[in-house]
Amino acid sequence: MASVTTPSAAVRFLERVGRGSVRGVAEIGEGAGLLVQSVYWLIMGPGQRQPVRPQAVFAQMTEIGIRAIPIVGLMAATVGIMLAIQGIYTLRVFGAESRVTIGIALSVTREFAPLITAILVAGRTGSALAARLGTMEINQEIDALRVMGINPVRFLVVPAVLGCLVMVPSLTVFSDIVGLWAAGIYVGAELGMNMAAYVDELIQVLTENDILHGIAKSAIFGVLIAVIGVINGLSVTGGAEGVGRYTTRAVVQSIAAIVVTDMVFVFVVTR
Amino acid sequence: MSSLPPPTARDAVIEVKDLVSHYGPRMILKGLDLDIHQGEIMVIMGGSGSGKSTLLRHMLALETMTSGTIRILGVDIATANPRRLAVLRKKMGVAFQGGALFSSMSVVQNIMLPLVEHTKLDPATMAIMARFKLEVVGLAGFEALMPAELSGGMIKRAAFARALVMDPKILFCDEPSAGLDPAVASAIDDLIRRLRDAMGTTIVVVTHELESAFKIADRIAVLDQGRILFVGTVDEVRKHPNERIQNLLNRRPEDDTIDPDDYLRRLTAEHGTGARA
Repeated sequence: MASVTTPSAAVRFLERVGRGSVRGVAEIGEGAGLLVQSVYWLIMGPGQRQPVRPQAVFAQMTEIGIRAIPIVGLMAATVGIMLAIQGIYTLRVFGAESRVTIGIALSVTREFAPLITAILVAGRTGSALAARLGTMEINQEIDALRVMGINPVRFLVVPAVLGCLVMVPSLTVFSDIVGLWAAGIYVGAELGMNMAAYVDELIQVLTENDILHGIAKSAIFGVLIAVIGVINGLSVTGGAEGVGRYTTRAVVQSIAAIVVTDMVFVFVVTR
Repeated sequence: MSSLPPPTARDAVIEVKDLVSHYGPRMILKGLDLDIHQGEIMVIMGGSGSGKSTLLRHMLALETMTSGTIRILGVDIATANPRRLAVLRKKMGVAFQGGALFSSMSVVQNIMLPLVEHTKLDPATMAIMARFKLEVVGLAGFEALMPAELSGGMIKRAAFARALVMDPKILFCDEPSAGLDPAVASAIDDLIRRLRDAMGTTIVVVTHELESAFKIADRIAVLDQGRILFVGTVDEVRKHPNERIQNLLNRRPEDDTIDPDDYLRRLTAEHGTGARA
């Protein structure tokens, strides 16, 4: 009996893995297609009398960027202070606490600011995008756009992609500043270093390359968040429950994609 | 009942020929032919699962057909390029079953949207046109409300106003009176007839509401299991001898005619992954 059931279970497992992989690859393809379409509508839209509306892009930017400032600021400050505490604790072993600035400067600008910002935006915007598009899909609003001759990619997707592309790097710069500032306050209190000396040291340690490294990858993160949110939103089936499921999926996928992309980016750029 | 001259094949604005459509492995439409003429109200009727919604989605070019052709105002929608399709769509209005109003926009913004996207009129003119359509559907004074603040009947009427704002040549209505109380449903039926009488719009209504169908239709197409059973006037449909049509009209469930062996087989059969609800 066992010899009959075991292979079928294994085969079923293989089949599941296979189906999952095919679906994954198909979804990556869909995402790439969506990105190409977005670029197409952005450039060719006006010629087809379907321009991307600046108001829609600004509305998205406000939603994605401006409204996220308080939480991004709070997280950046927290991470900055946390890095300062850990850095001083670690360096105390060697009696080199005063060298903590270089660690803070590089880890905030190259890693923590882009990563924390992107993860927060994925949680806020990725989920909101998926939920909004998913609800529109099940309410036939996407169909309504199509039958009105309004391309949904141009009308809904491009503003979101542009908004993320601009606002995630902007928020990252904001995160850099807040994170470094908060770390500076802690370092000042703990080691008696004044802010001017701290900033002076930051300027000596940081190159534009470090800042650009963070900004460049946060732009990629932004596009990933938008595309993954949209793909999941437009895939929604199964009513309200489906909206919930795909919204969760959008957040999980965006965060996974951000972390993996981060590693690949660092590997390619740093080595 | 209707004072229209008998329609001829020449002025068909929608021609569906041998339409075959699949949903996954399941065949939904099985070679369907239908002509809809200029200025008529064609009601497409059928039980649930008959394929009427799928047929509507095909006529709106929202689905890809397996085979067959659909020509709307002379344009073959399967082969038309996106630009041609966009031009055609400006001549079509659709009132969706649930209204499909954009929840982030007010009623008047919803109705103005096709104008904003497709015309270069100034905003004041667009607002006047939108308000005019709201008057037509009896929703004057509600323009500033959000869709979430409207009742079911009001949403349907607002959806009509949006469908009409570009003065379409063809208006599609998906279940216009489903789920509404009789008075509101009747008002919507009157609205559909008035629209046709006043503007000569060709109107395609998909519904399973018999009363409404009989009230508004010039002709009725009865759909069953992916095929057209019969197309004719209200009287012709009423008097038609076909048992399945009479079952539909008299609300008799079709499962009376079930084959017991087939029933048993279905109950005991193991369903594969192909079974999608």
